[in-house]
Amino acid sequence: MNWEIVMGLEVHVELATKSKIFCSCTTAFGGAPNTHCCPVCMGMPGTLPVFNEQVLDYALKAGVALNCEITRYNKFDRKNYFYPDLPKAYQISQLYLPFARNGAVEIETKAGSKTIRIHEIHMEEDAGKLIHSPFGDATYPDYNRCGVPLIEIVSEPDFRSAEEVLAYLAKLKSTFEYLGISDVKMEEGSMRADVNLSVRPVGSETFGTRTEMKNINSFKSIERAIAFESKRQIELLEAGEKVVQQTRRWDENKGKTFSMRSKEDAQDYRYFPEPDIPPLRVSEETLTKIKNEQPEFAGEKAERYVRDYGLAKEDAQIIAASKHLAKLFDDTVAISPYPKEIRYWMLSEILYFINEKGLKADNIGFSAEKFAAFIEIMAADRVNKPTGKIIFEEMLKTGDAFDIEGYIKANQLEQVDDGDLIQKTVREVIAANPKTVEQYKNGQTKVLGFFVGQTMKALGGKAKPESVNRYVKEELDTL
Amino acid sequence: MEIAKMTALEMARGIRQGDFTCVDAVQAVLGQIEQKDGDINAYITVMKEEALQRAADVQKEIEAGGYADSPLAGVPISVKDNICTKGVKTSCASQILGDFAPVYNATVIERLEKAGAVIIGKLNMDEFAMGSTTETSFYGPTKNPWDTDRVPGGSSGGAAAAVAAGEAMIALGSDTGGSIRQPASYCGVTGLKPTYGTVSRYGLIAYASSLDQIGPVGKDAADCAALMDIIRGKDERDGTSLALTGGSLLAGLSTDIKGMKIGLVAECFESEGLDPAVASAVQGMAEQLKALGAEVETVHLPFLDYVIPAYYIIAAAEASSNLSRFDGVKYGFRAKEYDGLVDLYEASRSEGFGFECKKRILLGTFVLSSGYYDAYYKKALQAKAVIKERFDEIFEKYDLILCPTAPTTAPKLGQSLQDPLKMYLSDIFTVSVNIAGLPGLSVPCGFDEAGLPIGGQLIGNRLAEDKVLKAGFAYQSVTDYHKQWAPCDKTGGQQ
Amino acid sequence: MEITKELVTYVAGLSRIKLTAEEEQKMEKELGAVIAYMDVLGELDTTGKEPLSHVFDIDNVMRADEVKPSYDRAALLSNAPEHTDETVVVPKTVD
Repeated sequence: MNWEIVMGLEVHVELATKSKIFCSCTTAFGGAPNTHCCPVCMGMPGTLPVFNEQVLDYALKAGVALNCEITRYNKFDRKNYFYPDLPKAYQISQLYLPFARNGAVEIETKAGSKTIRIHEIHMEEDAGKLIHSPFGDATYPDYNRCGVPLIEIVSEPDFRSAEEVLAYLAKLKSTFEYLGISDVKMEEGSMRADVNLSVRPVGSETFGTRTEMKNINSFKSIERAIAFESKRQIELLEAGEKVVQQTRRWDENKGKTFSMRSKEDAQDYRYFPEPDIPPLRVSEETLTKIKNEQPEFAGEKAERYVRDYGLAKEDAQIIAASKHLAKLFDDTVAISPYPKEIRYWMLSEILYFINEKGLKADNIGFSAEKFAAFIEIMAADRVNKPTGKIIFEEMLKTGDAFDIEGYIKANQLEQVDDGDLIQKTVREVIAANPKTVEQYKNGQTKVLGFFVGQTMKALGGKAKPESVNRYVKEELDTL
Repeated sequence: MEIAKMTALEMARGIRQGDFTCVDAVQAVLGQIEQKDGDINAYITVMKEEALQRAADVQKEIEAGGYADSPLAGVPISVKDNICTKGVKTSCASQILGDFAPVYNATVIERLEKAGAVIIGKLNMDEFAMGSTTETSFYGPTKNPWDTDRVPGGSSGGAAAAVAAGEAMIALGSDTGGSIRQPASYCGVTGLKPTYGTVSRYGLIAYASSLDQIGPVGKDAADCAALMDIIRGKDERDGTSLALTGGSLLAGLSTDIKGMKIGLVAECFESEGLDPAVASAVQGMAEQLKALGAEVETVHLPFLDYVIPAYYIIAAAEASSNLSRFDGVKYGFRAKEYDGLVDLYEASRSEGFGFECKKRILLGTFVLSSGYYDAYYKKALQAKAVIKERFDEIFEKYDLILCPTAPTTAPKLGQSLQDPLKMYLSDIFTVSVNIAGLPGLSVPCGFDEAGLPIGGQLIGNRLAEDKVLKAGFAYQSVTDYHKQWAPCDKTGGQQ
Repeated sequence: MEITKELVTYVAGLSRIKLTAEEEQKMEKELGAVIAYMDVLGELDTTGKEPLSHVFDIDNVMRADEVKPSYDRAALLSNAPEHTDETVVVPKTVD
């Protein structure tokens, strides 16, 4: 039988406010246990929450960006349960009136574009972190994360593949990065996804029994977790067994999901309106302001790059997906007439350093002005590409203080395009390698590269590669 | 005049004029406590050393011209034990809080300190303010100074009894469904439950967050007004606190209530549990107010049968959530023996809470649980809307509402807990005031044949503390029920 | 409505309260009486009334997003029945 995977996502995003949602403790990541705490976030008796206005601003920005209907009369509710990471024994959240509803996110996969419906987004406070003793029967709660503001984005069960899930998460990440409302770092837990997954025979209209997977903390794990869990469910069903509705924990090391043997009762959270926080009204004025402040997002940006700068769609999308890369691109094209040259260096070099060397897109050391100066040199063909890479790397290392002209001068890196000199050098290389010449004559044309390499080496790597190619071929063919 | 028999304002004047010092005042009250509290049990903690030290400091400050704006500089004050005092045990009269010593002061405590008041102790109460008799305290019941075989009312029974016995000049209580007014009535003292949001709740250990208010208990309306002037006002740490309106309540007091329109609640007098002595005392109060120039007419509160259910549902629901944090982990009591996390919670909570607390927690959990929310909790919030609308209608025409504070005088110890439903009914005239968030003042207005005090309740519109206190003040200017002193024995009252 | 032993047990479990056999009996009786009394509320006509959670119409009480110093950890932990220098201690929450 062919099976279809059906998934819905609950994505928690920590908002990048300076202080917590209901008290003035810092939201800074890390810190020794319980050093970012006060009586309010520790749930001390008699304390009261007071709402941080920045949370609403950020939340509304997210709601508008995800095309939601914004709730104009907002309330908070208490979600009651006992657990050591929740010092008040209730989480302040929104059940009855979430601030945003009925949104939609367009995603693109190889199969084309698709709309993922957003059921709702609500504001809530984060819980603490539990540190388990490796030795004895003890758990140590660290309440530093208690009260860090979160939004939870609940999608409809619209996902059918891991690829769609990843595209959606990438879209959310990019959107929130552009809005500047979150660090969206899965590895630091500022973006977390719970995946509700069920399987059903292809063509079936009804949903199967779902499980909820938690503790997935990287894009890579999500793909693995989906693969594992869908396979597990299909195998169960094919063996005539049933899927049990439950919460399962993803174990990254074991590559498996495990049933969370929760001692919690059936989930009866006894939500009721939070009496300590007066309602929040969103005025027409506020909403208009939020709408007007929406930045140009990745999708529109990519289209603009294709339209205005003639970039290939895929290239444009890669640059536009990252707020920081797009900013560098935008700032540089504003002062440099070589968009394609800029695109080349961003996609080949910057992306290489990001993917392979741990460079952070928000921490590129040089400015658009410096980058434009470099592009100018490359566009004018003053150094060849391999030399350009050396210069680029130095620029990345040194940042804006790097003196490109001085470096070129000091290391005599200007490109050599003296036809006579190149021709002379090529002849010398040919004369020194008669055996290889013989090979070439016998039809082994790939040795051409050898002569090019030797000639470049003899010219200190500075010769113009096209010219060297041309002379090598000419000289060999005239032998 | 004996220091311990002064009102708080008289005492403040005496200290300011140099008739005696702040230390004398504190010593006088400590002397009363030493003499009487063995019988009354109004205090959980007496802060003798701290109070004397603080009194010496305050005296110096006063002599240096400090606290010039404060009406109660140098006055000893006692505080209900559900209000957080930094470094001083705050127990809510519950075992589960153990020797919990808060790391911060409640906003009201900060304001009192700024005003030069001297906190001398923490007062007994029903456990977590859940009760109407102060018998559910882990620290034993408080006795009514008018008859020590009787309850002082509750939950601020310690506050009312201390003031009645002269063991405190003035006190801070809290009122969720009548917890200041009902004991004030039983003990013959004056108590104000302010408009919801007038006094910051920051540092008040919550029972029912949407109903709780801190308020003053004193000998008379003027003392209550003075204390209100100090503690009220917007607090950035309490999102539900309201911005201050109007000037000083104390300065606004006068005996001129001519033309004030007062509605006397008809349904209260038809209520079957109403003691005839209470009915006639409150009728008498209405007559006095009329004599002072007020216009008194009959008004109707047709929802009286529904207020207790609505109140208990809302209060218990919020309590079940508010009291979940007491779990044996972060503060207070932890059971000695347990096996694993859930057992730690269950053992600590089961041993730490008394039966009445457990009952209300279970009741609250029930009304919020899946399948019952709509029938109980949601219905109670709809009833709340009905109650509020009716009050709004009345206050379009009337300045104040008058009714008894409680249907009876103080019952005997041990009687109420045997019939919990009857005990709940003792709050029938007070809870709707909390549901609607209004200010309510209980003033002594007579004694029954056994010599037990009776209270009359003046209810005002939102933020109309000025009118409520003014009417109370005017009434007290022509009566002396509030000036009587309790015998502190088993004889019953003096009349 | 009728309060059963099962319901009392369920609600006690949610509340993390364990009742002794004696307490359970008393609770069933008293809770039953209270809830039966609450049922009176059903008679009140509340047609068309929105549930009122906040009695006064105040809204948008917010504070600026400013960081203030956190509390001294030792003080925050000082009331805990069991704690280390850094955290409170609970029985292990995972197997």
